[in-house]
Amino acid sequence: MNSNSKRLAKGGRIDRGRPLEFSFDGSKLAGFQGDTLASALLANGVSLVGRSFKYHRPRGIFSAGAEEPNALVTLGTGGRREPNLPATMLELGDGMIAESQNRWPSLAFDLQSVNGLFAPFLSAGFYYKTFMGPTRRAWMFYEHFIRRAAGLGKAGMEPDPDRYELRHAFADVAIVGGGPAGLSAARAAANAGARVALIEQDFRFGGQLLSERPGSEANAWLEALGIELRGLGNVDLMARTTAVGIYDGQVLGLVERRDHAQASGRVRQAFTILRAGAIVFAPGAIERPLVFSNNDRPGVMLASAVRTYVNRFAVLPGRRAVVTTTNDGAWRTAFDLAAAGAQVTVADLRATLAPALQAEALRLGIAVRPGTHIADLRGGRALNAARLAGSGAETEVDCDLVCVSGGWSPTVHLTSHLGVKPVYREDIDGFAPGPLAGGQFGAGSVVGGYTTAEAIETGHRAGIEAAAYCGKTKPVPAALQFQSTDLPAAAFRGVPPARGKAFVDFQMDVTTGDIALAHREGYQSVEHLKRYTTLGMGTDQGKTSNFPALSAMAALRGATIPETGTTTFRPPYTPVAIGALAGRAVGHHLKPTRRTPMHDWHIANGADMLEVGLWMRPYFYRGAGRDVNEAYVAEMRFVREAAGLMDISTLGKIDVQGPDAATLFDRVYANGFVKLPVGRARYGVMLRDDGVVLDDGTTTRLGEHRFFMTTSTAKAANVLSRLEFLLDTAWPDLRVAVTSVTDEWAAMSVAGPRSREVLAAAFPTLDVSNEALPHMGLIGGEFDGRALRVIRLSYSGERAYEVYVGASAGEAAWRRLIEAGQPFGLRPYGVEALGALRVEKGHVAGPEIDGRTTLDDLGLGRMVGKRSGFVGDVLRRRPALAEQDRQRLVGLTCVEADARLSGGAVLFKQGETLKGHGCGRITSVTYSPTLGAYVGLALLAGDVAMGDEVVAVHMMKNEAVRARVVSPVFLDPQGERLHG
Amino acid sequence: MRHYSALSILRNGLAGHRHWQRAWRAPEPKRSYDVIIVGGGGHGLATAFYLAENHGIRNVAVLEKGYVGGGNVGRNTTIVRSNYLLDGNTQFYEFSMKLWEGLTHALNFNVMFSQRGQIVTAHSADQLDSFSHRANVMRLNGIDADILSRDDVRHLVPYLDYSETARFPIHGAILQGRAGTARHDAVAWGYARAADGHGVDIIQNCEVTGFLHEGERIVGVETAKGLIAAGKVGLAVAGHTSVLGHKAGLELPIESHVLQAFVTEPLKPMVDQVVAYGADHFYVSQSDKGGLVFGGNLDGYNSYAQRGNLGVVREVAEAAIALMPCISRVRLLRHWGGVMDMTPDASPIICPTPVDGLYLNGGWCYGGFKATPASGWCFAHTIATGRPHPLNAAFSLDRFRTGRTLDEAGVGPFAWLQ
Amino acid sequence: MLRIDCPCCGPRDHDEFRYGGDASIIRPAHDDPDFEAWYRYVFVRRNPAGSHREHWQHVLGCRQWLIVERDTRTHSIASVALARKPAPRKSAQ
Repeated sequence: MNSNSKRLAKGGRIDRGRPLEFSFDGSKLAGFQGDTLASALLANGVSLVGRSFKYHRPRGIFSAGAEEPNALVTLGTGGRREPNLPATMLELGDGMIAESQNRWPSLAFDLQSVNGLFAPFLSAGFYYKTFMGPTRRAWMFYEHFIRRAAGLGKAGMEPDPDRYELRHAFADVAIVGGGPAGLSAARAAANAGARVALIEQDFRFGGQLLSERPGSEANAWLEALGIELRGLGNVDLMARTTAVGIYDGQVLGLVERRDHAQASGRVRQAFTILRAGAIVFAPGAIERPLVFSNNDRPGVMLASAVRTYVNRFAVLPGRRAVVTTTNDGAWRTAFDLAAAGAQVTVADLRATLAPALQAEALRLGIAVRPGTHIADLRGGRALNAARLAGSGAETEVDCDLVCVSGGWSPTVHLTSHLGVKPVYREDIDGFAPGPLAGGQFGAGSVVGGYTTAEAIETGHRAGIEAAAYCGKTKPVPAALQFQSTDLPAAAFRGVPPARGKAFVDFQMDVTTGDIALAHREGYQSVEHLKRYTTLGMGTDQGKTSNFPALSAMAALRGATIPETGTTTFRPPYTPVAIGALAGRAVGHHLKPTRRTPMHDWHIANGADMLEVGLWMRPYFYRGAGRDVNEAYVAEMRFVREAAGLMDISTLGKIDVQGPDAATLFDRVYANGFVKLPVGRARYGVMLRDDGVVLDDGTTTRLGEHRFFMTTSTAKAANVLSRLEFLLDTAWPDLRVAVTSVTDEWAAMSVAGPRSREVLAAAFPTLDVSNEALPHMGLIGGEFDGRALRVIRLSYSGERAYEVYVGASAGEAAWRRLIEAGQPFGLRPYGVEALGALRVEKGHVAGPEIDGRTTLDDLGLGRMVGKRSGFVGDVLRRRPALAEQDRQRLVGLTCVEADARLSGGAVLFKQGETLKGHGCGRITSVTYSPTLGAYVGLALLAGDVAMGDEVVAVHMMKNEAVRARVVSPVFLDPQGERLHG
Repeated sequence: MRHYSALSILRNGLAGHRHWQRAWRAPEPKRSYDVIIVGGGGHGLATAFYLAENHGIRNVAVLEKGYVGGGNVGRNTTIVRSNYLLDGNTQFYEFSMKLWEGLTHALNFNVMFSQRGQIVTAHSADQLDSFSHRANVMRLNGIDADILSRDDVRHLVPYLDYSETARFPIHGAILQGRAGTARHDAVAWGYARAADGHGVDIIQNCEVTGFLHEGERIVGVETAKGLIAAGKVGLAVAGHTSVLGHKAGLELPIESHVLQAFVTEPLKPMVDQVVAYGADHFYVSQSDKGGLVFGGNLDGYNSYAQRGNLGVVREVAEAAIALMPCISRVRLLRHWGGVMDMTPDASPIICPTPVDGLYLNGGWCYGGFKATPASGWCFAHTIATGRPHPLNAAFSLDRFRTGRTLDEAGVGPFAWLQ
Repeated sequence: MLRIDCPCCGPRDHDEFRYGGDASIIRPAHDDPDFEAWYRYVFVRRNPAGSHREHWQHVLGCRQWLIVERDTRTHSIASVALARKPAPRKSAQ
């Protein structure tokens, strides 16, 4: 193990007292607390860390931040496997196991690097022009291999064992970026009295100041500010937290990484929804690379990143360095490299250089080549030499490190997420945020403040303004400045001529040649350029490639940068684990589970439960049969022959009160309600505004001005909202209040010939005689100190009662009924039997009320008669809804004994070719124990007569069954069982 | 139009790619065209292609306000399927599927149509019954469909949640094997190049700002590049149909809504089919580049902003993990929005309009991509003959008056209002 | 998130609300037999790119139906008022 061969003897913001072990591709390596994985790899002399997407070219660490295009690794195994993580963003942890990716069999020897040999034919978009033959499906053959070659890391296929958390947070001022501008803004806003959230993606605050030399004034400033901010008490210092997106209403999405303290059962990442009064954007800037031949070799790094590695991490990435730049700023990298002991050559593209720079270079023994660019690099998995060209003769300089700087691009991602396009600023030769919305402020690089002094000053002002926007205006002490050693970053845009492969987008392997090809073929809009070449579509989303690419396209088109424009910046700023977005809403917590008051009883008594929307309902009881098919038939028998008990608590229940309540029902139900007497219930059907049936249910008049309404389980919320809508917006003159009481009442249905006896035994104080409680009648009472309502309603066609009792007494009432009912043969039944009982009676439910059927389709037209003025009345008269041959509700029985009907079968007339949509469909089917045969409900074209034969075709079951059209009411058509 | 082939790549590769031609020309608009198509998206470009190819009408311009393919054809989740239930929809989308199956060859442009199959999970016996009904209708209309048991699903897509803790356990699924995905940009570019090859003028950065009238008849358009006369004008600007329709004097049954789409970082192959979650709003496929491409429900309010909000992002993430728990550690790379024309019954509109000389193609809701070939074919027919093709006869504007709506989901006018 | 400043409950995320669509179309009287009026109310939408008066109900709060004036291009909200009181109230910002 060649441990820390490139680590400087002293300095750096690392804790040398806390060594950490980690491994990369199986080699055991060591680093220190305070390292990133990237800095630790560099310290250990690891220069080759990845392979590119298309040509599998060897790649090294390029940056020290979120813009990293090359150094992507996979961490973890099994369910914890996580691919495509930039090593530059990973805080080194003890025992970290990292693997390189997109290579086989190994990083050093990658077979797919042969792709490079075919590069002349793998130009941008080549796949649109070939892989078309010989057959129509040929593409799928080629695609198989292309897919295997594509992709970067490999994701785990097991469930993620870790936990994520969602936080809801509020702040007066949210500040994105904890560099000098953000820190200064936080200080100002907090002193003004604002509650501040300071968001920093790094595990340390300070931004570029962290890359200043040890012992510089920047350190003292950072320390002083840290102490002050912590002391203020109203600043939430959120390190390791990335503002990944901004949404409407000043809402920021933040991802906090807690992986560094990973322990089983702890939260790995937290997602925060931060609602801010005002936002200060101080995200800094990203350095631009230079584009030249073989500029992607391992050992080529951004100049600022090299400075970070030298000063912050005490790593010297190379001993013989060439710094190539278009601006003064990168010279500081040359100076710091030289000070750390490296041999340095500066190749500056500008012909004229500031004398002060040259003097300092001379002092440090740095070779200076003005008007010079790098023409090419030699080396494979590591660098050997750079060929310099330009003003002087072409020379070759031995080197193992090349530092590049093409100037800087302000980080305009977040400010663009709300659709505000960035605008080009000539003075910084870059894009700055477009006009910010009210309550949003910029600071530092995004407002052109590249120097530390400007960052501190603009941050200070933005902090004060943001606080004032939130009404916090306490006096603020002057900005805290210090003497920094900045050099101007403003760049001259130099484009060195390239002969070989010169990369613009490293990760996606997009070269200047690809851009020229896109231009030649007319893919000249930046969006076409992106989509045709895949430029900027990697995990880094083109953070370093965007500007070089669009300036290359601008040059080819002879257009200006603003004319060329940028592609759209979209959230997230850096990739976000989907688990972090979901938080705790995983597995069983995806949606709330609604349980009725009798739920525990059902479970304890052998119920097989079924999800119905969010509700859990008994499907069938295992006591009645081994499986659902056996059980539901047995349960139907109890109900038809003795008595059954069904939990119907899931029905929507609405309490309606007010002098105009009857009028409300008269309008929202298609059938009349004004004349409903007190103490009586009525079945009602509602239409949508377009005249199609919406829902059905019963409503009981409890008093002159009070009603109790039930809806189907599925439509409960919608019906309530609809009533509220009509009362609030259309009929504010109606004096009615509606309240959902679904959860307040437990509800159960006692059904069957012996139901009255059961009820009388269970509630002996109630008079349940036919005189006191006739069909559709109501009586009230009390049970266990809770209100009790018994309404005589039947869904099954038997004499039946719906018992409503305060939810907390629900289970007790249920038990009472079960016990009292035992002598009469009462048994519980589930939703499958309930559905079957209603089919026998021809009652419509969800499968028939399918959102396309009308009152007449469902045989309910008679209920309405000549009424008008109810919701949906006018549009139900539209011609196509009133046609005679529309599909109508009918009953079906099998023509042949022993045959069975299947739900979902398509119906054809006799002799009709079995093709197309047929003349109807079977909506619901059940075995009828009473009839000893299968019966079904169907929607069937109106020109098929009763008694006719149809063919029910179920392709999935390979069935064609002869069926006879009959009345949908299979049992007790006169309704005699209900009465008496 | 020069032919694309492996040989052409070889020849050009050896010549340093210096001889490739523009995929389509960049002409200045003529003063007059027989037909102007407003909207250089998939549908508009396909319409122009079929006007030339099927009807011999080549004096055609496609006017695009930005760059071609910049609207919904370039921002959808690329799914192609023909699993529709209702008479009218079933045949139309299957016709589209058949065109997809020959599209790469018809255009000499690889649209990467990949029939990977689409699986929609069912989470109750009732849901599986309703899928069976759909599958029956599909088979009876000559469309492939299969019903899968839970075990079948598990065999095909083993990484879904089959555990005890699944909130909505998987009961089975419906599968359409011929469904799949296509490379969305390639569809726009392929149609553009092929239409251009037939002489169609494709004019980018040419926003239509108004319409020229002669009496009651529309006879041309006002654009960023001046007035252009036209015998007939076809609108294919889904997302913005109301805005342009209003300028032309149309009253439309359309609301514009945002639908978001999502892509993860590129990964080695993990999702082979298109998989849709039958218990919530989530569907996913994996692109050839390796990103998992997925989507969910509408954001749920009128919007012309091509971006969505955080609530839906989180809901989609929740549904994603509910269906495939292994996606939790996969990282979301980018999410964006497209503006959808939503019609009251969630079915499209392709028809002549009450305004003489004006034809309408819109209302694609969130299903426009798969319809692109058939939509172009039928719209071209409608414009060329002045009458709908039998396949788009049902997609009339007046169906809301007559009640002959095509409401596949049965949720009523503008689902979010019900 | 849209942040809707509910007159009863204060500013809340829009996912506490149910969307109710265009509020500028007037619902015909319940007994109005005019087909054209109902057709337009149920189906026809102006669907502007710009200021839009729309209904939202605070379902997870006070359950009041509100009229919100919002720009469909930028999502910025100009006013929020109770639907029962027609005069709109300018929001705090």
